[in-house]
Amino acid sequence: MTVNEIQEQIIEEFSVFSDWMERYEYLIDMGKDLPPFDEKHRKPDYLIEGCQSKVWLYPSLTDGIVNYTADSDALITRGIVALLVRVFSGRTPDEILDADIYFIDRIGLKENLSPTRSNGLLAMMKQIRLYALAYKTKSEMS
Amino acid sequence: MKLPKSIEEIRSDFPILSSKVYGKPLVYLDNGATTQKPVHVLSVMEELYRSANANVHRGVHYLSDMVSDRYEGARETVRSFINAPKKEEIIFTAGTTASVNAVAFSFGEKYVHEGDEIVISGMEHHANIVPWQMLCERKGARLKVIPFSDEGVLDLEAFSRLLTERTRIVAVTHVSNVLGTVNPVKEIVAEAHRHGIPVLVDGAQAVQHGIVDVTDIGCDFYVFSGHKVYGPNGIGVLYGRESLLDEMPPYQGGGDMVANVTFEKTTYQGLPFKFEAGTTNFTGAIGMAAALDYLTALGREAVAAREQMLLVKATEGLTSLDSVRIYGTAPNKVSVASFLIGETHPYDAGMILDKMGIAVRTGTHCAQPVMKRYGISGNIRASIAFYNTGEEIDALISGVRKVIPMLA
Repeated sequence: MTVNEIQEQIIEEFSVFSDWMERYEYLIDMGKDLPPFDEKHRKPDYLIEGCQSKVWLYPSLTDGIVNYTADSDALITRGIVALLVRVFSGRTPDEILDADIYFIDRIGLKENLSPTRSNGLLAMMKQIRLYALAYKTKSEMS
Repeated sequence: MKLPKSIEEIRSDFPILSSKVYGKPLVYLDNGATTQKPVHVLSVMEELYRSANANVHRGVHYLSDMVSDRYEGARETVRSFINAPKKEEIIFTAGTTASVNAVAFSFGEKYVHEGDEIVISGMEHHANIVPWQMLCERKGARLKVIPFSDEGVLDLEAFSRLLTERTRIVAVTHVSNVLGTVNPVKEIVAEAHRHGIPVLVDGAQAVQHGIVDVTDIGCDFYVFSGHKVYGPNGIGVLYGRESLLDEMPPYQGGGDMVANVTFEKTTYQGLPFKFEAGTTNFTGAIGMAAALDYLTALGREAVAAREQMLLVKATEGLTSLDSVRIYGTAPNKVSVASFLIGETHPYDAGMILDKMGIAVRTGTHCAQPVMKRYGISGNIRASIAFYNTGEEIDALISGVRKVIPMLA
């Protein structure tokens, strides 16, 4: 699936919910389904510290494909982290760098990516792209 | 001790309280962060800009005189509200943070030297930690910290032991913004004064609850913010003892604080103008005074009694929920119920409560050392004002009850 196909899929999943409690419950469940984060990566190098919640993000590159694993100490943040991993993981650096992310806005979670919220998510988005850019630069140099 | 108006009338003085958020009635319980403004304050400020706007202390003209009079009138209102001996001892600043920084710079410049010590408490807001830390770094001085108990009560014996011949100033909060503890500032001041040490009291969380009398407390500096006492943002107060303020150097130079300026030498104005460089926030000061007048008209004791009733209700309701733990159970506390739900993250609960229309604060509340003291990364804080209602406290409790299974 393309980035946009996954975004549309997520938007559709959220469209069935009529209220916020359901949306948050779904996010919390998604956070719970996030694959466990390897404890050896739970260190400052991979930590994105927000004032409200923490996010860990670990990238790896296999055969030109970037994979991300991630975690958060807050459940709702972890749910959003899970969505971002779903959209960005398993893609080429170019796909990641070219992606136009609109689903967050469309499912009503925009405020979670505002700089004032300081929950680590905005920084996580930036970090996802930075890792992709680093992999791309590295592959172009070799 | 009875309020002169019904709660419905009081709430109609604060139009924002009848807002809806996400289609639900707003339950505003973040008063420790900022308070809402009564129409009285808004109309005073609007009227000021409409009909009396000119720069203070500068013009020979009618409007300037009029606004200068009102600005000085605001100073008198503040003096009277906190029962300071003299109007000249009231300095307008940008807020509590600015006031603490002013003292740390000005007093610190003159009286704090290498090897000296500054005593603060373990329950300070960052605004009453960082300026002193910066002073210590500039001067090579040391910061010492009064510990507190699990209940949130300062250890006064430890405090006495911290005072030495090198202690230059003690800076403590009147009311903890996280724990709600009302500290025994009068005793703290008396003990420090026995050693000849001046005391700054951070009143940011105290003035709005009607419990301040600087003459009774005996402190040397008292600081607070306008926006937490139902007044506007960007205005605050530094009360300082005249004898100290007279000796302290200005910390900002500019217009209005000078007597004579030549390129060789400038002489300064007397109090309070020496510490009010540049065009001051006179609209803010007049707005804040209007807010203090509003509180006075309601009756400070009646306000405090109503807030206490609501705090007891909130505390009882929260503690009746199995997995809820309250932080701060000092016998003498006001307004603040800080809590955590089981092992859950405060941010999650805060976000869900928000969608129910309930505004609380989550995180460290700018008091990271307090969180560290309890070994937590943050908590949820409901902070109460007199305009809150019993129904709103019920909404908080039932909101928290709904959150518990969602996060389990």
